[in-house]
Amino acid sequence: MTLQPAFPSTSYEAGGMAACPACAVAPSAQSIAALAAGRGGNIMLSLPAAHCAACISAVESALMGQAGVKAARLNLTQRRVLIETEAGVEPASLIAALSRAAYEAHELDAGLLSSTETGRASGDLAMRLGVAFFSMMNVMLLSVAVWSGGDGATRDMFHWISALIAIPTVAFSGRPFFASAARSLRAGRLGMDVPISLALILATSISLYETTQGGHHAYFDAAVMLCFFLLLGRYLDHRTRAIARSAAEELAALEVPRATVLVGGVEITRPTSEVALGDTLRVRPGGRMPVDGVIVAGTSEIDRSMLTGESLPAFAGVGGAVLAGEVNLTGPLDIRATAIGRDSALHRMADLVSIAENAKTRYTSLAERAASWYSPLVHILSFSAFGFWLWQTGGDVRFAINISAAVLIITCPCALGLAVPAVVTSASGKLFRLGLLIKNGTALERLAEVDTFVLDKTGTLTMGAPTPVNFASHPAHLVALAAALAQGSSHPLSQSLAAAALAAGIPPQLDVTEITEIAGYGVQGICLGRTLRLGRAAWVGADPLDITATYLRWGEQTHAFAFEDRLRTGAQAAVDAFAAMGKAVYLISGDTAGPVAALSGRLGIANFTASALPEDKLRLIADLSAGGHRVLMVGDGLNDTAALAGAHVSISPASALDAARVASDIVLLGADMAPIADAMRIAGQARRRILENFGLSAAYNIIAVPLALSGLATPLAAALAMSLSSITVSLNALRLK
Amino acid sequence: MNILVYLIPISLLLGGFGLGFFLWSMKTRQFDDPDGSAARILRKDWDDKPPSPLD
Repeated sequence: MTLQPAFPSTSYEAGGMAACPACAVAPSAQSIAALAAGRGGNIMLSLPAAHCAACISAVESALMGQAGVKAARLNLTQRRVLIETEAGVEPASLIAALSRAAYEAHELDAGLLSSTETGRASGDLAMRLGVAFFSMMNVMLLSVAVWSGGDGATRDMFHWISALIAIPTVAFSGRPFFASAARSLRAGRLGMDVPISLALILATSISLYETTQGGHHAYFDAAVMLCFFLLLGRYLDHRTRAIARSAAEELAALEVPRATVLVGGVEITRPTSEVALGDTLRVRPGGRMPVDGVIVAGTSEIDRSMLTGESLPAFAGVGGAVLAGEVNLTGPLDIRATAIGRDSALHRMADLVSIAENAKTRYTSLAERAASWYSPLVHILSFSAFGFWLWQTGGDVRFAINISAAVLIITCPCALGLAVPAVVTSASGKLFRLGLLIKNGTALERLAEVDTFVLDKTGTLTMGAPTPVNFASHPAHLVALAAALAQGSSHPLSQSLAAAALAAGIPPQLDVTEITEIAGYGVQGICLGRTLRLGRAAWVGADPLDITATYLRWGEQTHAFAFEDRLRTGAQAAVDAFAAMGKAVYLISGDTAGPVAALSGRLGIANFTASALPEDKLRLIADLSAGGHRVLMVGDGLNDTAALAGAHVSISPASALDAARVASDIVLLGADMAPIADAMRIAGQARRRILENFGLSAAYNIIAVPLALSGLATPLAAALAMSLSSITVSLNALRLK
Repeated sequence: MNILVYLIPISLLLGGFGLGFFLWSMKTRQFDDPDGSAARILRKDWDDKPPSPLD
């Protein structure tokens, strides 16, 4: 990132994530380039658990103990460790070393993380801020002497020293404003930075002229103070977005897009983008399908919940079709790629996202709305003051320019520049501690306007992890048999069944022998000379129920173990809170009618839709928006991305797919859903504070502008108005509870 | 008033030192990891003395 995009004139652009959600659904070009180029000498790992001084010693010494590691440094603020290695050191071996030291580590795609770039831009701002602070203090020291009665030669000398400090400062520290003003003029707009730049230049040059003429009033202190307060606003704004961005980038960088391709029976790992049509790929249990394809070998079950919201795993055998994004559950599958890149299901989803993005009207933030009438007003005031005094004094250009400069300085939006960033910084910090990451600067404002909630089911209101619910209706020995079989499989239903049996105090039956897993069907074993089967209804010979279940065959009898998806913590509290706020709540899911109706009954949601396609979700959002509602969408799956992108504001849990997180404005970091209700409250408060801040700075202007227009404003009055309004506005932002 | 001849350069010089140190600490990336810097002083690794290149 170059310096320039870091300073959008008081507007919050989408904030440097991927250029569009559609690009993020597919692996980004940079990450592919980074993979192709190989990983230089640096490896970056994410260490979510690192938190203390002992962690630093343990992690760094564990890594330094590895062969080929030249240096390792843990950044506790970002919870990342940067490792400098010799060639040929694999991240996997370092991750293993860390897990021996009891630290969970994930590889990060260093190509996606431009942490140094972001750091440089904010370091650059901090440096300009530091210079502005230094000269503000020194010039103020000299100015106070002049205000308190310095006269004649003393005053002139002090003015000259002030000029010596202030002119280079304004040139250096004011550069972000000048650059942004030039950009907005070239684009034919009158941004907030135009009056700022004009005030800076006019104040400095007038003061220099006055100094050469031995005049009474020099505005050097006002110019550097203006610079300082405005830079402070910019810095806060930039830092908030940089923190959110680096965390969001980290979430994205966790998924390194790679596929295992079989070439002549040998497994080769390649970037997903290099997979060709007709390639045979191996997908291990637990892996995600990288492309659309047809199964050529193996049987398994696949989890389609991310794509469709269905909670029941589907059977997958030779000849079956799989779509990119589905998860393979039990057996290894070899698939032949039938659609890659633009043709794959993943990309069609991405196209839907870009349609939703385009249909959405661009949100104008409060700051932009304020700037749009503020800038013209300031210019008109200043020029009319110039014209009036030129006519009144009979052509005294020097006096008229002095007045119009004073007007520009006094009306300059110091408080306005701080009004929004101070509140947003304070609110984002509060929300981050609650476990919510604000990715977009205007998300808070939009959140405050929401009146309708649309919630997804699988993975959002529920954890996406089923637990058995009807143990009580089976005799203990049957549960023990089922648990014995379930232990032999890595299928999520089996694992959950075995764990639940242990938790219920039922140990698995010990004399079950010859336990084998038949991938795609279930597990079988022998007990007391009879065959036992646990698995799909058809394989076991049972009548399938319309809920998630696995079936046990013992002799001639079959028994169903029903599963229910566990409710996300705080889901009930959040839905209740939404209802208490008097907002409408909708549930829309791609799952079948049974589970959706059961869940909405349990949570007390009256409006629900089952078996919804991604297009249906998007249509619901569009219909609600067309009806004048402001919709908050909460979802996690690929099938939600279009709806997330189309909603007024959107939230996704951290467990969601990359694409869903990118398409949403806010990421829920913890597993608990209750903070969403708090976020609504804080967003409402933040909006009120922003409006109060606008009111405060308007009040200062109403007092100070008549003074300036009538020619009574002194540099002292300008300095007082500027610092008082900036401080009040910042303190008001801190009142956020 | 002659005292000003000394005082003004001194005040500028002291302020300049402050600015210089600030720029130096930015350049040497000392603000990159505030949490880590706070924790690092509590480590027991080098309680005697840091490793010396002469050892």
